[in-house]
Amino acid sequence: MDSDSEGEFEVKVELTVNGKDVTADVEDRTLLVHFLRDVADLTATNIGCDTTSCGACTVLLDGESVKSCTVLAAQADGRAVTTLEGLASDAGEMHPVQRAFHEEHGLQCGYCTPGMVMAIVSLLKENPSPTEAEVRQGLEGNICRCTGYHNIVRAALSAAASSGTGASQ
Amino acid sequence: MIPPSFTYARATSVDEAIALATEHGEDAKYLAGGQSLLPLMKLRFAAPTVLIDLGRVTELSYIRDAGTYVAVGALTRHHDVATSELLRSDIPLLAHTAEAVGDPQIRHRGTIGGSVAHADAAADLPAALLALDATFVIRGESGTRSVPAAGFFHGIFETALEPGELLTEIQVPKPATPAAWSFQKFNKRAIDFAMVGVAVQGTSVALINMGSTPLRATAVESALAAGASVADAAALAAEGTNAGSDIHASKAYREHLARVLVRRALEEASARS
Repeated sequence: MDSDSEGEFEVKVELTVNGKDVTADVEDRTLLVHFLRDVADLTATNIGCDTTSCGACTVLLDGESVKSCTVLAAQADGRAVTTLEGLASDAGEMHPVQRAFHEEHGLQCGYCTPGMVMAIVSLLKENPSPTEAEVRQGLEGNICRCTGYHNIVRAALSAAASSGTGASQ
Repeated sequence: MIPPSFTYARATSVDEAIALATEHGEDAKYLAGGQSLLPLMKLRFAAPTVLIDLGRVTELSYIRDAGTYVAVGALTRHHDVATSELLRSDIPLLAHTAEAVGDPQIRHRGTIGGSVAHADAAADLPAALLALDATFVIRGESGTRSVPAAGFFHGIFETALEPGELLTEIQVPKPATPAAWSFQKFNKRAIDFAMVGVAVQGTSVALINMGSTPLRATAVESALAAGASVADAAALAAEGTNAGSDIHASKAYREHLARVLVRRALEEASARS
């Protein structure tokens, strides 16, 4: 069995990504993050460590945060995925968490930002009024190598305080 | 990084999962949440040729009050164990240990049965279940059997599970004094495995990462039963262990951590009850 062979191990994957159906035949071993970036052509989701550590690839699977480098596309078949591109309204109005990152300057280089935003959207859905400690604990799975954590935490708390958080997700 | 090639198969019931495993033999592996297996496959530490996805086997995702014990379906996610009202009131050690696993994203995917069957000596839940004297229900082609936690873990990534068998349920006895629990984990980052950890329920003490399997700290338990003080009993925490040395910690440092964490855990469990 040639491990590099193409087309031999294929599975049909149908996802709803940001409300739109995306269907493709992909290799069985295709990871969700590669499906999102290479098949759905949605490249906001970054690949960071690739080892389930850094959280840069965090997306929502049926509304809950997951690390898309550690989910097979086939495992997500038939389910709904939300990426950063799916947060803003169709009219371009930012999601409250995106707006809070903008207002609180919750980023430096920006690489961890999509994952941070998605992790916070999931956190606030489970706990709409977290304490600062709960926000820090809720972001355990996301690493910012600029170490810009303070403003990220401020953004999460500000988004929680602003009305309407979570309403769209 | 992507995993080596494999054939993906999807089971929608326990019977179908066992039939697929029997058909494909030892080259097949069950895939639960995948939070341990997929990283190992990317690193080429595991290379099953068939993955049997259990994600649709919803019949194994439940938490049921069975009177003297709580029955937890093997595919119940850490997130659901951590937030279960029943477990938080009747077996808080289990709920709080699940809450300490990995990070929120991992807890949204990883399952209790996956953690137990994977049997990493550095994992949190196996030690908590050992301290709680849990029983594991296993189904195979020829029927169902039960194995106590004390006889389940055989070595690094080795368990009582035979090829093709599926862990289906974890039965956790309700402790007499639920509040007498503590879970201590020492690591550098939240997402790291424990350098050393301790799960305490009453006077039952289980150690994480102090050998090739989770271990009961029998010397500590015997000393407590004989009336020793917490400090004197905790001083025996490294007896009978076989901790390794690696880039994270030396054997001697792990033994030190075990003594300190056991003392803290016993003090905390005692203060809570």
